[in-house]
Amino acid sequence: MLSPALDQPKSQPKWVRSLLSPDVLAPIIVGLVLLAAWELAVRLTDTPHYILPGPILILQTLATDWPTLFPSWFVTMKIAFTALVAATLSGLFVAILFAQSKWIERSFFPYAVLLQTTPIVAVAPLIIIWLRNNTFAALVVCAWIVAFFPIVSNTVLGLNSVDPSLANLFKLNKANRWQTLWHLRLPTSLPYFLAGLRISGGLALIGAVVAEFVAGTGGTQSGLAYQILMAGYNLQIPRMFAALLLITVSGIAIFALLSALSNYLLKDWHASAMKHEN
Amino acid sequence: MIVSTLPNAIAMQTQPILTLEHVGKTYANGTVALQDFNLAVAPGTITSLVGPSGCGKSTVLKIISGLGDLSTGRLAWGGGIGQPKLAYVFQEAALMPWATVIDNIRLPLKLAGVPKREALELVSEAIAQVDLQGFERVYPRELSGGMQMRASIARALVTRPNVLLMDEPFGALDEMTRGKLNQDLLQLQHQRNLTILFVTHSIYEAVYLAHRVVVMASKPGRVVAEIAIDSPHPREPDYRTSAQFNRYCRDVSHSLSAAMGESLALAL
Repeated sequence: MLSPALDQPKSQPKWVRSLLSPDVLAPIIVGLVLLAAWELAVRLTDTPHYILPGPILILQTLATDWPTLFPSWFVTMKIAFTALVAATLSGLFVAILFAQSKWIERSFFPYAVLLQTTPIVAVAPLIIIWLRNNTFAALVVCAWIVAFFPIVSNTVLGLNSVDPSLANLFKLNKANRWQTLWHLRLPTSLPYFLAGLRISGGLALIGAVVAEFVAGTGGTQSGLAYQILMAGYNLQIPRMFAALLLITVSGIAIFALLSALSNYLLKDWHASAMKHEN
Repeated sequence: MIVSTLPNAIAMQTQPILTLEHVGKTYANGTVALQDFNLAVAPGTITSLVGPSGCGKSTVLKIISGLGDLSTGRLAWGGGIGQPKLAYVFQEAALMPWATVIDNIRLPLKLAGVPKREALELVSEAIAQVDLQGFERVYPRELSGGMQMRASIARALVTRPNVLLMDEPFGALDEMTRGKLNQDLLQLQHQRNLTILFVTHSIYEAVYLAHRVVVMASKPGRVVAEIAIDSPHPREPDYRTSAQFNRYCRDVSHSLSAAMGESLALAL
């Protein structure tokens, strides 16, 4: 417990070193250069801020409008998160069901595809009408529809990708269906499931925002999409950008979190999470 | 009664533990994998099955293990013990990449519901037998090919089987590792009085390990020769350079090429 302090001054902590690595520094520099060019262009051409605000103004707006934007951000994130959890649980359940027999998969998979190929903008009004007493639930259902399929499709693929020799080994040892599922098929499908989860994380957010656009709800339950819509009507373009920025940053954060989860769960054994030295 | 016990005891010694009679296997697509395959395996011996690819060597093991069924003929376990405990070692190590060595080896016991404490004792015994001590907590990817195969053999031994079916287990390993593993396998076979069926495409490996070499040919898969290797068993590495060893290898090689010439002639 006491020893880490001794070698601390000699080398920088791990997280400082990883922040200073080219992998992190290069995109940050590119980003800063682009933002500076944007700011400069806006100022030199004297573009009015209701057409295109500069990045500094957007950040200022984000700070001043925080009391309005933060509750909206929270609403949107709550919808996206609930939808993602629902998609994960239902997706896993359906995938395991599909993997029980080729016939179940053949019979029901096309309908799972149907969920994926139906444009959410087209069905969102229906769902909102059906669930008009509970807007939150309606928005969650819309986001769930978008986030559901990648998890099902990837997990089914994983559950069916078992090493044939290992499958034979389980058969020879008279493993029952449950043992084979728990000890062989689910671990095999873990990397596939996590890849699906990363896609669905971003999609849940997009689904939530799209559904909010269609619903256009106001009041206390209004999400970021509503803020964007209102800002558009009122020509508050900097606020529109600030809301957009929040959505983008949240999307990146969701992806980063799910990637970190994936790396943590796979670090010991899967090629995707291992460091290769040649 | 007393008179009959003695011949019976002798008969038991020579009575095969496993017999396959007129076994045929035809796949759904019409391919004849095996035709009129006959084999009698004496308990506590190593039988090598050697032959070109596609001669049905692996099919024989699949049928014996029950993974595949036979189309014609019959299979019988002898010695009055019913089906003995079987274990299978595959061509590749087939370890679960997400589990450590110890968890991989414990798997058959876990599936059989053996209590943890008892299982771990059996696992450490198996680990000791394949010289993998110190690698219990390591993941398979961190092991060399030879060590992965050792873990795979330990997993097969952990249930204390009587019969070991090995399907080209050392085919992907380098010559040195293969030699060392051959040596260790001979030791294990003697310690545990295992009956081993060993499929290989290496004539040298077949002769070095076995009490008896079964030479097979393809199209259709069948036995073309059975050669008893009457050299003392288990063998030491210097057996590989002996005249006897070379003579046996030549015999196996001759019957193989004769059979292959025959099937070539048939094909032409």
